[in-house]
Formats: sequence, structure tokens, C-alpha cells
Amino acid sequence: MLLAFDWTQLAQQIVIGLASGGVWATLAVALVVIYRSTGVINFAQGEMAMFSTFIAWSLVHHGFSYWGAFFLTLAISFAGGVAIERAVIRPVERAPVLTVVIVTLGLFFVVNGAARWIWSPETRSLPNAFSTRPIDVAGVAFSISDLGTIAVSLGAVALLWVFFRFTKLGLASRAAAVNPEATRLVGVRVSWMLALGWGLAAAMGAVSGMLTAPALASFDQNLMQPILLYAFAGAVLGGIDSPLGAVIGSLLLGVLVNLLGTYVDWVGSELRLPVALAVILGVLLIRPAGLFGRPVEQRV
Amino acid sequence: MAEPLLELEDVTARYGPVTALHGISLRVDQGESVAVLGANGAGKTTTLRAVSGTVRRSGKIAFGGKSIARTAPEAVARAGIAHVPEGRGTLTELTVRENLRLGAYTRRDRKAVAGDERRVLSYFPQLAQRGSQRAGTLSGGEQQMLALARALMLRPRLLLLDEPSLGLAPLVVAEIFRIVRELNEREGLAVLVVEQNAVVALDATARAYVLEVGKVAVEGTSADLQRDEAVRRSYLGY
Amino acid sequence: MGRRALGIALWVAVVAVILVAYAFAPRLVSDFHSRDLAEAGIFFIAIVGLNLLTGYTGQISLGHGALMAVGGYTTAALMVHEHWRDVWTIPLAGLTAGVVGFLIGLPALRLSGLYLAMATFAFAVAMPSLLRKFSGLTGGGQGLRMLEDAPLQITGLSGTVTIFGHSMTQNHFLYYLAWGIGLVGFLIAWLIVRSRVGRTFRAVRDSEVAATSAGINLAWTKTFAFAISGVYAGVAGGLLATQNQIVNPLTFTFLLSIVLLVGTVVGGLGSLPGMVVGAFFVEYLPDVSTHVSTAPGVPDFVYGAAIIVVMILLPTGVGGLLKRVARPLTTRLYLRP
Repeated sequence: MLLAFDWTQLAQQIVIGLASGGVWATLAVALVVIYRSTGVINFAQGEMAMFSTFIAWSLVHHGFSYWGAFFLTLAISFAGGVAIERAVIRPVERAPVLTVVIVTLGLFFVVNGAARWIWSPETRSLPNAFSTRPIDVAGVAFSISDLGTIAVSLGAVALLWVFFRFTKLGLASRAAAVNPEATRLVGVRVSWMLALGWGLAAAMGAVSGMLTAPALASFDQNLMQPILLYAFAGAVLGGIDSPLGAVIGSLLLGVLVNLLGTYVDWVGSELRLPVALAVILGVLLIRPAGLFGRPVEQRV
Repeated sequence: MAEPLLELEDVTARYGPVTALHGISLRVDQGESVAVLGANGAGKTTTLRAVSGTVRRSGKIAFGGKSIARTAPEAVARAGIAHVPEGRGTLTELTVRENLRLGAYTRRDRKAVAGDERRVLSYFPQLAQRGSQRAGTLSGGEQQMLALARALMLRPRLLLLDEPSLGLAPLVVAEIFRIVRELNEREGLAVLVVEQNAVVALDATARAYVLEVGKVAVEGTSADLQRDEAVRRSYLGY
Repeated sequence: MGRRALGIALWVAVVAVILVAYAFAPRLVSDFHSRDLAEAGIFFIAIVGLNLLTGYTGQISLGHGALMAVGGYTTAALMVHEHWRDVWTIPLAGLTAGVVGFLIGLPALRLSGLYLAMATFAFAVAMPSLLRKFSGLTGGGQGLRMLEDAPLQITGLSGTVTIFGHSMTQNHFLYYLAWGIGLVGFLIAWLIVRSRVGRTFRAVRDSEVAATSAGINLAWTKTFAFAISGVYAGVAGGLLATQNQIVNPLTFTFLLSIVLLVGTVVGGLGSLPGMVVGAFFVEYLPDVSTHVSTAPGVPDFVYGAAIIVVMILLPTGVGGLLKRVARPLTTRLYLRP
């Protein structure tokens, strides 16, 4: 029975799942960065990523190579994230959490509307970052595109990790997220750390968008909405305050959703997301803080 | 007379509609260690917050001759005032070493910072052993030491200490105040310490102010206050 | 005349104004706009319920649109399959949604904050798919069309409705029905908030640990809060179905859950009067946005910008503003000089 099972297909589906999961992971990490620093889920993260993708498209349209556009878009997205935080989040820095959540919801519409207005609703496409040829690894055919996506996603996340772990600014940023009052007292401009967080999150979102778009024949302003849902789910699965959790959660989710879609018949494309969400709910009921989240300690 | 390092004149402070300080005046001279005493709610913590800029305040507040009455907390730290807040402000998610490194955030002299890390840890050998431990797992006394060490990494000219004895066993408290005294005497670090435990505080400082309901009720040298029975009984509780 | 009498007189005056406004508002607007007013009333009911859950008990829900769906589909199914008259389905719509709300509240016992939001969000996202799946009951992707399949059950299909001898247009009837239920719902919510249950809600919101130490049963409180807010959402959903005379999976998407949350926060968490403003805000903002321009993307941009600006100017919602304004007035009334 074991020999009759198609291991090749399993391996291939796992890699495909990891590729989707990788894209979700970069957006999920963006969500976690903002959650840790600002305390809210940025509902506009997907739309910001979409906007970045359109900027990339415009650059390519004006003659830039894919990778040239990629890095320039990262820089522009970073600046955009900082600007958004200063303009829209800073005024509600001291407001209740739900107020800030509603602001991000408003931002969702603002960014989406702006993207629709600047770039007309016709569909577009972004060239593929990697060649679409298959590559042979241990006798199994994988798509270079998938492997490349996984590499870039994980690479981006790793760079972010290095920043937070090993640089002075990264340390200050982490401290500001943990205890802004005490961090202020050592001379850190906590407010700007927030802006930095938003800039980095926007850049990560841009990576996510620019990896998503080429895989589709064409894309429009609705590009990132499903990605946001999956990224949110992956982050929650892994533990919303843990960047590592967000990555692992998203990768797992990617593989799970893909395997479910491949092997379980009644899970058509309709039910992929609800079933994934049901699984996550199941996990949460056993581990309420997610797989890697730290259980909330109650100070009595 | 030399200019005081820190000077407060007729300072008021409030939390929203509630006024906590009703015009207090105090000073700390270069290299001096001064205590601020008083009962709960007297305004001791608020006084430190007024200096570091973490509460709404008005009045004259000068550090090294320059006014800091309108300065934001980040800039006050940069000016050379290290505030160890009430509750220690430990960055629990970071390691001990990271907490220390953060203390030196405003400094640019990397070699000196490394040297300072060694020097500071020599005062707190317990911390040296726990370099890569998560700060949240330290005991109360160790966290207090870490907070103090982190403040020292700033190379401050003035140290603001808020209720260092809170929640700690007497032996630990004695140890901390011994270190504070050593820092003051050996390195000439000016200290303004707020304490409910008057006994320990008066032992470790040269002068003291006693606050009552947001005003300075008594001031004098620590030695005098220790000897004054009337003051001790009415204001210091012993 | 003492201060107390003055206070009571003020209350009577406020109630009188409200009742007069309720009775005469449709005269001031066209028949067509009565429909919008009715829809505002429907939102009002839903967000009063959501406020009880989120504003007073501190539990986040991103799934109240799905609870409205439960109510709306209950109404539609009863009309189409069981031939109930539309208005009589409303209580059952509320009840069914209340039960589902209770069930949703169960994860709340284990999850908190963001994770609870996730659970309710999962429910909201899954709802359209679930509705499509159980097509026998729900009519699948087509939904249920009361106009075609249950016309006799629709009140006022002929265009006029006669109640107690008065006759009025169908739109006016819907307005009076929606806001009538809304006022009753508001009164009930107000009584709940002022009662011991209300204090229990607030205790859970402010500190679960403290509440538990005071002997409050967290499980009961949370699930009750979910259930009762579910009832409100279900009633609102049933009214929406009655008004539209059709339900399908697209009527109750995740967007509706968001709109309800926006309405609640803009109105003011923990403030019931603010919910009136919140309801009108979410009802009329889309229209206003389209009025500015119909160029692609601009209505959305305006919609989002309006939300952001309101939140920046009024971080605690309209209710927060009302409280700040009313405090010196009421303090003066009730305190000695």
C-alpha cells in the first residue's frame, strides 16, 4: 500500500503548499510586527501590499527589470508605511485599541479606493521573477518559481529577524513594543519606533504582493484580499505575538490547505478557507495562544 | 555657591484633572545624594516624573543650568538623567544583556560602552551570570539591580531612583542601597531617590525632603532628620 | 422645585422629543427615504446589541453580520417553507440567532481578544459558504426570494398597510416597525445596562481576574452577552430580510460584520445613545461617498477617509463626546454646590 501511494505527488504538493504559505508568511510577519508594536491587526496590510504591487507594475511598465522594480518598490513601500503611521496612526496612539482597529479598516478603503482611482480597474500582469521551467530534484519535478518564492519569502523574513535581533535600532524597536514607557526613559524616540515598524511591515507586505502577482495570469485591485485572510489565519495559528510562529503557522497552513484541496474531495475551492479556519479554531481551543504564542500572563 | 545640578522651583504636576504636586521646590547639587520621603500619595513618584518629563508639569525645572521643563522624556535621558521608574520598567521580553545594551542607546562611543558594561556588571555579579536569560525570569531583587545597571549604562550625571525597596526583602534592599551609596561616593554620581522606607533612605543620603500632599513639609540634612524625633514620628512613621 | 424634579422634567422632555421624532419623521422625508430610515433603524438594533457585547462586556466580535444572516434566513425560510407572515417571524429570527450567538460565545470562554476576534471572523467568513452548501434550506447561491415564493406572507405587498385604522405606505410601515422595535430594544438594553447584569458585564470588561474574584461566573456572563447580542442581530437580520424581500449569501458578507463594528465604535463603545448616530453614519456614509464622485475608487476613498477622520476627532466615538459634554451638566444637577 505504501508503495502504491504517490510520494512524488505528495512532495510536489507540499512544495506548492510551502510556496503559498511562504507568501502568506511574509504578510503574516508584517501583521505580527504591527501587532507587537501597535497592538492592533492592521486590516489594511493587504491593501497596502496591493498598492505596492501596482507600484512595481508601473515601474516595470516604465522599463525597469523585475528585480530593479522589486527593490525600488521595497524602498517606496517602506517610506509609505512610515508616512501612513505618522499621518493616520499617530493621532490615535493613545486611543482605545478598537478605535485604532477601525482606523485601519478605514485605511483599507482609502488604499483600495486610491489604487482603483490611480490605476484603472483593468487587469494587469507582472512578469515572473523566476523561470517557469520545472527543475529536477531527486527525480521529482518542482517548479523553480515555487522554490524561488519560498527562498525569497524566507530570505526576507530572515533579514527582518537579523535586523531585530542584532541591530541597535532593532533592539530599541523591540523594547518599544514591550514597554514603551520604560524605553522612553533610556532615550529612545518610541513614537518613531512605531513608524519604523510600519515601514518594515509595509516592505514585507510589498514582498508578499510582488511574489503573489506573477503567479497569476493577471491581477487587479482585489489581489491581496484572500492573502490577507490566510496570512491572518496563519499568524493566529502560530501565535500572533510570535514572528517565528507567524512564519511556521503560515507555512503549515499553506501545506494543509493545499493537501486538503488535493486529497479530500468535498473540500472544493469553496470550502478551503472555512475548513482551514475550522482547523485553526480547533488548534486554538487546545492552545489558546496559538502554537508558539506566549500564554497571556495575568497580573493580579 | 556652585550652581545646583538639578533645581526645581514651584513645580506643579497633574494627572488629568487631579493635581499631584502643588508647587514644590528642591535641588540636588553636583555629586550629592538626596532622598524624597513621605507617605503614599504624597507626590514622591510624581516629583521624579516631573523631572523626567513623564507627567504634565509646570514651573521651573533646570538641569545643569538649562531648563528641561518642556523637554520630552527621550531628550531628558539624552541630557544625562537616568530614571529608574516605579516597578523597575524591566523589559521582560529581552535578555539581561539586551536590557543593558538598551541602556546605552543614546551613546555613540562603542568602545566605552563595552567597558561600561564590564564595569557595571562588576557592581552586580549576579547579573553577569545571567546575561542571556530573559529578564522577566529574574527575581524581584535581580530585576531592580538590572534596572539600576541599565540606568548606569547611560553614563548619567543624575540618577532618579523610584522606590527601589518596593517588594524586596530587607537584605536585598540593604545591598541595593549599599551599591547606590558606593556609586555616589566613588563615582560622584548625583542621586535623587524616592523612598517609603525612610530608615534605609536616610542612611544612604546626605539630604532629604519630606513631602506631604504634594508640598514639601520638611527639608534638611539626613543626619538632622534622623535625629529629629518629632519629624520622625509625624512624617516618617518611626 | 428641587434639583431632582428638574432632573426628572429633563428626562421627560427628552423622551417626549424622541417619541415625537419617531412618530413624525416619515412625514418629513419622501417615501423612498423612509426606506433608508428604516434601514438605519435595522442597523441601530444590530449595533445596540453589538455594543452590549463589545462596549459593555469587552468581547470582540467580527461575526455579527453572520448572526444577522441567521436571523434573516430564519425569517426567509419560515416565510417560504412554512408560510409564516413576515412580521411574526421576527421573534423567532431573534431567538435562533440568540442560540447561535450563545454557541459562538462558547469559544469565548477559552479565547480572548484577538483570538476571539479570529473565531468570530472565521464564522463570518464561513457563513456565505455554509449558506451555499445547505441549499435545501437556504436556496443555495440563489437564496430565497419571498417576493416570488411567498408573496402572501409579505405585509404591505399591495403597497398599503392598515394598522389600527391608519393606513400607510409599505415603506412607512417598515420604518415604524424597525424603529419601534429599535426603541423597545434600546429600552431593554438600557435596563440591562443599569441592572446588576450590566454591572457584571462591565466588571468582566474591566478585569476578568477581578470579576472572578468577586464571584462572577465568567462563562455565564460571556455566553449570555453573546446570546443577547445575537438576539438583537437576529431581529435586525429578520427585519432586513422583510424589507428586502430576498436573502442570498451576498446579503450577509464579512463586510456587513465590519460595518456593524464601525457603527458601534463610531457611535461610542459603552454608550447607548451614541448608537443612533452610529446607525445613521453607516447607513448614509456610502451614499454620501458616492455623491462626492462616482469615479472608480473615489467613493471607497471617501468612505474610508470619513471613518478615519471621525475616529481621529472622536476616539471614543460620539458616545464619548456625549459623555464629556453631559458630565458637567449632570454633575451640576446631582451634586450639592
